[in-house]
Amino acid sequence: MSSAESRQPVAEGFWGDTGKTGLGSWIFSTDHKRIGLLYLYSVTGFFLVGVILGLLIRIELMAPGKTIVDAQTYNALFTVHGVVMIFLFIIPGIPASFGNLVMPIQIGARDVAFPRLNLFSWWLYAIGALVVLTSLFTGGGAPDTGWTFYVPFSARTGTNVSLAVFGVFILGFSSILTGVNFVTTIHRLRADGMNWGRLPLFTWSLYATAWVQILATPIIAITLVLVIAERVLGAGLFDPGRGGDPIMFQHLFWIYSHPAVYIMILPAMGVISDIIPVFSRKPIFGYKMIAASSIGIAAAGSLVWGHHMYTSGMSDTAIMVFSFLTFIVAIPSAIKVFNWVSTLYKGSISLEAPMLFALSFVLLFSIGGLSGLILGAAATDIHVHDTHFVVGHFHYVMFGGTGFAFFAAAHYWLPKFFGRRYKEKPAIVGWAFMFVGFNVLYWTMQVLGMHGMPRRYYDYLPEFAPLNFVATVGSWILATGLVIVLVNLVKGLKSGEPVGENPWGGATLEWQIATPPPTENFEGDPVVTHGPYDFKGVVKP
Amino acid sequence: MSQESAEHAEHIVSYKTLVGVWVALLVLTVITVAITRAELGALKVWSALAVASVKSALVIAVFMHMKYEARLFRIILLVALVTLATFIGFTFFDVLYR
Ligand code: HEM
Repeated sequence: MSSAESRQPVAEGFWGDTGKTGLGSWIFSTDHKRIGLLYLYSVTGFFLVGVILGLLIRIELMAPGKTIVDAQTYNALFTVHGVVMIFLFIIPGIPASFGNLVMPIQIGARDVAFPRLNLFSWWLYAIGALVVLTSLFTGGGAPDTGWTFYVPFSARTGTNVSLAVFGVFILGFSSILTGVNFVTTIHRLRADGMNWGRLPLFTWSLYATAWVQILATPIIAITLVLVIAERVLGAGLFDPGRGGDPIMFQHLFWIYSHPAVYIMILPAMGVISDIIPVFSRKPIFGYKMIAASSIGIAAAGSLVWGHHMYTSGMSDTAIMVFSFLTFIVAIPSAIKVFNWVSTLYKGSISLEAPMLFALSFVLLFSIGGLSGLILGAAATDIHVHDTHFVVGHFHYVMFGGTGFAFFAAAHYWLPKFFGRRYKEKPAIVGWAFMFVGFNVLYWTMQVLGMHGMPRRYYDYLPEFAPLNFVATVGSWILATGLVIVLVNLVKGLKSGEPVGENPWGGATLEWQIATPPPTENFEGDPVVTHGPYDFKGVVKP
Repeated sequence: MSQESAEHAEHIVSYKTLVGVWVALLVLTVITVAITRAELGALKVWSALAVASVKSALVIAVFMHMKYEARLFRIILLVALVTLATFIGFTFFDVLYR
């Protein structure tokens, strides 16, 4: 096929069937697929910004002493890296992009329940992001508090904390609205025959996530307003000198921010639960338990926020209660891992790009989860609190977990929406670089933490130098992999081989409709007659 | 379908009920004020909270129509309230024992 020929649109689908193609048809569209793509482009953009900041942090840490930036700039670097990665990439990440793209189709709906609210939540996201970005370059300069905005420092520092926090406040509302929309959609818009026992597990995980978004996010919103009140009005809420309580800030912050890590990981687990059966040609093992464990994780995970605060001066009773509860969350998480592994058992496994990312998710998430138990046990946490061990741990779960799942989802679902696919070989090479680089980078950081290297320090003792150098080299390997994967994806989706309706042989509804899907998704009203992982009669091309 | 009928039927609350709830709220407010003046020790906060809960329950049930909504909506509201109560309750593991 000549390249001019392969550039011909496969079939237009939602890209053109409304006749509207200008910018306005995107940023004012109420089509869940267009909004999903708007989110996808935005979160990927911020992911890249975050990655560049992460690489700069690593370059600074490559050798002891000043390498490229001074201490104050370093503080701003890791703060902005954290804020961008958490609030602009990973929290909206999978639910708002792939959730919007895929979930309504998976349940047989034509759109989400409140399409205009959906568009509004993207706008809130865009405005929130703009406010956060403005805060970096105005006032007293980029915030330097760490992404956690802990008082008393955040109440006193001269940097532009108020505006940044206000931006995050707006982003919170975007997240709440997505949650409201998804809960309503999943309750009300399921097609005939799509009962709760036939809901794809990705949709189940979005359902659990949406509840956390609705219930926990208002608390961070209020807390951040309190920080502004503290800074602007001198309210004294967190100032012991005036009857306030600084530890109360940490409670309020983590009452949201711990459940928020489940906003990050649950949808990722949903992606993995959808991908593994398709590439093992086997129904998922333990469907009900996986669905129930999503709800279990959401519920139990909301009660463990105190494990971030063992060294804060919180009461010993609270330390014991939160430590105990933390171990409980390991149970539903392990249920998922065991069920994925059981699904693989005796499956007819094909190691294509989505599957490789999914399998590495299982391994990396398990490593992150197990190091989480070291941190969850109060006695051991006291030793590694605020060291690079923690930084290694949360990158394993957030990046190795959710980040890799994001790429799994991209390789799995995007060909469906673009009508074209990436090349397999570069995808695998890129994945291999990412996987190796990732482990060199973060495993080393965990070891450094065990040896006592603190986090959020721009300088360190000479004995940490060799391992820090290794970690920085790891970050370059990782970045190389990322570039290969992204270039291959973008090129493939723009002008790669056309794909048919069901390139992977999936049994969920999104694979039964045209590629790319038409604006209305389904021609008639779909009637669902079998479960999401019932591959009988589904042919893999 | 029962859900649909609950959605479409506009329930009209009679003036009698509305005035009744209003009077009840006023009485409860008087009680709240009285509690602040009584010597109740540690019970003071708990009784004030109890009265406040009854008041908000009345407002939610009648003024906000929750009493007449479909069961699903009532469950959803309950989940939200229980979650909030749990969040507040669990911070007391710290605050009470510090
Ligand atoms: C190439 C990719 C990345 C590199 C090289 C990198 C590197 C780092 C390093 C070295 C730190 C520790 C700074 C310090 O404590 O002194 C850090 C912190 C952090 N990273 Fe990353 N990271 C990357 C990707 C990610 C991703 C994908 C996420 C989340 C999805 C993430 C979230 C965070 C957060 C939340 C912090 C804590 C910031 C704080 O202490 O306030 N990072 N990163």
